[in-house]
Amino acid sequence: MPDILDRARTRVLDAGAGLTESEILEVLQSPDHDLPALLQLAHDVRMKWCGPEVEVEGIISLKTGGCPEDCHFCSQSGLFSSPVRAVWLDIPSLVEAAKQTAATGATEFCIVAAVRGPDKRLMDQMRAGVKAIKEAVDIQVAASLGMLSQEQVDELAEMGVHRYNHNLETCRSYFPNVVTTHSWEERWSTLKMVRESGMEVCCGGILGLGETVEQRAEFAAQLAELDPHEVPLNFLNPRPGTPLGDRPVVEGKDALRAIAAFRLAMPRTILRYAGGREITLGDLGTRDGLLGGINAVIVGNYLTTLGRPATADLELLQDLKMPVKSLSATF
Amino acid sequence: MFCDRCGLPAAEGDHTACAAARELEPPRFCPHCRRRMKVQVVPTGWTAACVEHGTTQG
Repeated sequence: MPDILDRARTRVLDAGAGLTESEILEVLQSPDHDLPALLQLAHDVRMKWCGPEVEVEGIISLKTGGCPEDCHFCSQSGLFSSPVRAVWLDIPSLVEAAKQTAATGATEFCIVAAVRGPDKRLMDQMRAGVKAIKEAVDIQVAASLGMLSQEQVDELAEMGVHRYNHNLETCRSYFPNVVTTHSWEERWSTLKMVRESGMEVCCGGILGLGETVEQRAEFAAQLAELDPHEVPLNFLNPRPGTPLGDRPVVEGKDALRAIAAFRLAMPRTILRYAGGREITLGDLGTRDGLLGGINAVIVGNYLTTLGRPATADLELLQDLKMPVKSLSATF
Repeated sequence: MFCDRCGLPAAEGDHTACAAARELEPPRFCPHCRRRMKVQVVPTGWTAACVEHGTTQG
């Protein structure tokens, strides 16, 4: 077994500590013939420090498109010639989506809005939506509304939002190549306020934005420093009309290496499959990732694109003998 | 008629890649008038509304 895997076995599997940035880079640069052993080790780490359960989540776009920010991967920016139009979801439709999500066995329902940060209209819509969902559906509500003020953090916590998503998207050194309308540090600031409020922190990003493998390692190390409760791992799905619309998708083996590396960087986190896995990994790769460190999935559709049917993922989990995490296990 | 992914005339050019992409995307352009549609994706489906030609869903 290669030296880096020996060290990871001792440090991560046995002791529960994450790899350093230089060690993560070694993992990301490991040869293809070591990939099966790497995935097995990442799976062993996940099973020891997280257990066999898989957390299932559905996501919904409350406010789509028309965003003033210029995140170069995003079809919802109003600054690009994307075909995505601005649209708001009404409360009855939001509650219905939560019911459909809960019916899959999911314990998490994340409400997302394409905004720099929420204004009063959006906060009012959130308050009404969260209340209506909690009255009708037994599911945990999370939110992703961009950058927050301290008052907004407190308000969301008071509404009963239990987890807040705000992705750093990529490492600090590469972020200015991806977003110019706000800074990595502004995102970090929101995350610190969320942490201090008592809400769970959900923070991940997108691989395949043009970052180097060194920057991929930098990103994993920066996430490990943040120590989020959950890390959603997206792979770029190049969207027409965006500045990254012509980028190639991440190669499957690189995606699997990254999944294992992020698991070895953060042995205890919820590492979630998010967008792009269908085109990056396909059905077989999706299975490999679940046996290589992933312990959570977004089921069904995404915000502006479609995913595999929830039933396909649930059947796969059953086949892998990985139980869906129950609501009682999330408290 | 127009391609509901790229909005270009369906009878002109090759839309094979659009058709493949549509497996994992909702439509964005009305196939009758090529207007950009208001599209709402939800966990189990989508609706796409053209101001002139109404709403479709999948």
